[in-house]
Amino acid sequence: MIWNEHHECMDRQPLAELQGERLRNMVERIYLRVPFYRNKLQEMGIEPGDIRSIDDLKTLPFTTKQDLRDNYPFGLFAVPQQDVVRFHASSGTTGKSTVVGYTHNDIQMWSEVVARSLTMAGVTKHDIIQVAYGYGLFTGGLGLHYGAEKVGASVIPISGGNTKKQLQLLEDFGSTAIACTPSYAAYLGEAIMEEKLDRSKIKLKAGIFGAEPWTEEMRAQIQQLLGLKAYDIYGLSEVIGPGVSMECGVQHGMHVFEDHFIPEIIDPETGEVLPYGELGELVFTTVTKEALPLLRYRTRDLTRLHVERCDCGRTLVRMEKCVGRSDDMLIIRGVNVFPSQVESVLLEMSETRPHYLLVVERENNLDTLEIQVEVEDQFFSDEVKELEGLRKRISGNLASLLGLHASVRLVEPGTIERSQGKAQRVVDKRKLK
Amino acid sequence: MIIKQLSVFLENRAGRLTELTGILAENDINISAFSIADTTDFGILRVITGKPELAEKVLKEQGFAVKITDVIGMIMPNKPGSLHHALQILTDNGISIEYMYAFASGDDRASAVIRTDTPQKAIEVLQLHKMELLKAGDVYQI
Ligand SMILES: [Zn+2]
Repeated sequence: MIWNEHHECMDRQPLAELQGERLRNMVERIYLRVPFYRNKLQEMGIEPGDIRSIDDLKTLPFTTKQDLRDNYPFGLFAVPQQDVVRFHASSGTTGKSTVVGYTHNDIQMWSEVVARSLTMAGVTKHDIIQVAYGYGLFTGGLGLHYGAEKVGASVIPISGGNTKKQLQLLEDFGSTAIACTPSYAAYLGEAIMEEKLDRSKIKLKAGIFGAEPWTEEMRAQIQQLLGLKAYDIYGLSEVIGPGVSMECGVQHGMHVFEDHFIPEIIDPETGEVLPYGELGELVFTTVTKEALPLLRYRTRDLTRLHVERCDCGRTLVRMEKCVGRSDDMLIIRGVNVFPSQVESVLLEMSETRPHYLLVVERENNLDTLEIQVEVEDQFFSDEVKELEGLRKRISGNLASLLGLHASVRLVEPGTIERSQGKAQRVVDKRKLK
Repeated sequence: MIIKQLSVFLENRAGRLTELTGILAENDINISAFSIADTTDFGILRVITGKPELAEKVLKEQGFAVKITDVIGMIMPNKPGSLHHALQILTDNGISIEYMYAFASGDDRASAVIRTDTPQKAIEVLQLHKMELLKAGDVYQI
């Protein structure tokens, strides 16, 4: 099922034309109504009339989270307060939170993209959906709520927490879909096991999970515990909230709703736009949003975009699960290196585990990269040639992915420090000198 | 006739080997024979000890990467040509040696630990040629 076949399966060329037209309108609006953007565009000598097609997007300036903070709370809004019908805010880990606003049309558009997302997960008006994302300033709860109502599903606005009640309603109402964070889904699944609930009463078939990073292992675990198919939904409040992109039944990346949010992948260092398939920082331009239109907003999320048509029939680009934050990027001999790339190499090899440390140093004005990898009991061979072979294979795989030679050093298990939850992956000794 | 050898991954850093021998000593585990294969970054310690399962357990608990490897032990008269004779038997029977190391056993004989991919076959051909082999029970006590 496809909610909006016209826009989700549009040929790429008409889509590009639609995007170009919407971009031109957007730039006109923000030039007129947001002094921040007008000043920026004038400094660069750009006038709204210069935007002729979507290809001109790359000439426009970026917007950052810092810009939102600097203009707290309403400085980047493009409509007067009387047109704003809703606020949401994200809690900043440092300093002020980021405030976002929505007009009536923005809420409609948001409901539309969430309706598309839910349809991808097979949710219809015949479903009962338990929305267990938090309701409030956080976009998760209300975002899913409006989209689910638009689809016509019966919504249980239970919000997050209160696990006993969640389980009771799962049983009593026979909820067929649930939306929450993946970690809460795993927690609920474990609670079902512990409470020894009658599994035959749990009718869940689809789970819509997002708002935090999760792995394929977690997906398998959640699917097994809850007996449903788990779908990944992506979003950030600055762009709209959940529903910026969503996995279809093929589960080969998340389709970005490009008629509303134009994605780009850039080199986080140079700002240069990278071709499809390359890893870089994800950037969004919200071409239809009225209250808070964002021009080339830098998400700091690292991922790749793929444009090949999906088996589900949608033509919208697919984005991979984000592999990290651009803040983690290292530049070594001019090459961008992300710790997550090293991790992916180690995960792909069946003879290593992702316990690693990148050590960057500078010798004779030349950067050196050493990657320490822990030797695991089960992969440990007692022959030197085997271990040397392993080291060469890791090094070779890294070189082909990074485009950079890294020396690999095998270290004893447990020697790479593990802090609670998040391990330190990088030691950059260049900064110490 | 199969002897359990402990193989331990060691980083080349000062005192690491001493830590390991200390752990074995604390647990009253005797070392009968050992050798180290090393590269610039790491070494592989191969060691025959008493109570190999206990040794494996305590070393793993202390964070070492440890693996038990099957090897065979061979006893030869301490005279010219005896090692050559033994190796010739193995070669003639298509048994390749991954590594080996010798150790003294206190009398006028020499002993060697041999690692091959096919230890059972090696045992059979050596016994067929009347070579003396170390028994597991003996070697852990040496
Ligand atoms: Zn698809």
